[in-house]
Amino acid sequence: MSVNQFIDNEVKSNDVVLFMKGTPQFPQCGFSGQVVQILDHLGIAYKGLNVLESDELRNGIKAYSNWPTIPQLYVKGEFVGGCDIIREMFQASELQDLLKEKGVPVRADAPA
Amino acid sequence: MAISDTLTGKLNAAFAPQSLDIVNESHLHAGHGGHTPNGESHFRVHIVSEAFNGKSRIERHRMINELLAVELRDAIHALAIHANTPAEAPR
Repeated sequence: MSVNQFIDNEVKSNDVVLFMKGTPQFPQCGFSGQVVQILDHLGIAYKGLNVLESDELRNGIKAYSNWPTIPQLYVKGEFVGGCDIIREMFQASELQDLLKEKGVPVRADAPA
Repeated sequence: MAISDTLTGKLNAAFAPQSLDIVNESHLHAGHGGHTPNGESHFRVHIVSEAFNGKSRIERHRMINELLAVELRDAIHALAIHANTPAEAPR
């Protein structure tokens, strides 16, 4: 399976996927860590894929998304953005709306 | 030429911004992956331009990422982007 097929399969078979540096339990980059904090705060179930474990994955996701930086968040197969976009969307409650729209459970008591 | 000057020049030329503020945050990342000895590895850009009218967040970032593709690939490790239109009056 090529890396492109691997990525395609991951983003299509998981509701929420975060390509990141490090793991959700132990982020190894501040930008990845910020997105982890937001997702955890919202109580989102997601799969973290550590690009530091594979140069092929790290370069592959940049090409797949046509996006030069990590982290990258996918919801239901759709690229949502990197750290700045996720934070801005969260602050404007747009991220919460997008997740609900796509049928991803968001913790009810998370502040809007 | 300092990398920050290159970024400023390219962004000014491409987007004729109403305001442009490039913050070098490299010192915050000393000792962390991607930090480089020249002290020009991590930047934050605040840009306000009419060019972003009608563009989604992803489209705005793509416009900037494409303009600075060479720098992102070869010279800088991280670029935080805040791109707004004048009507959005950030901060």
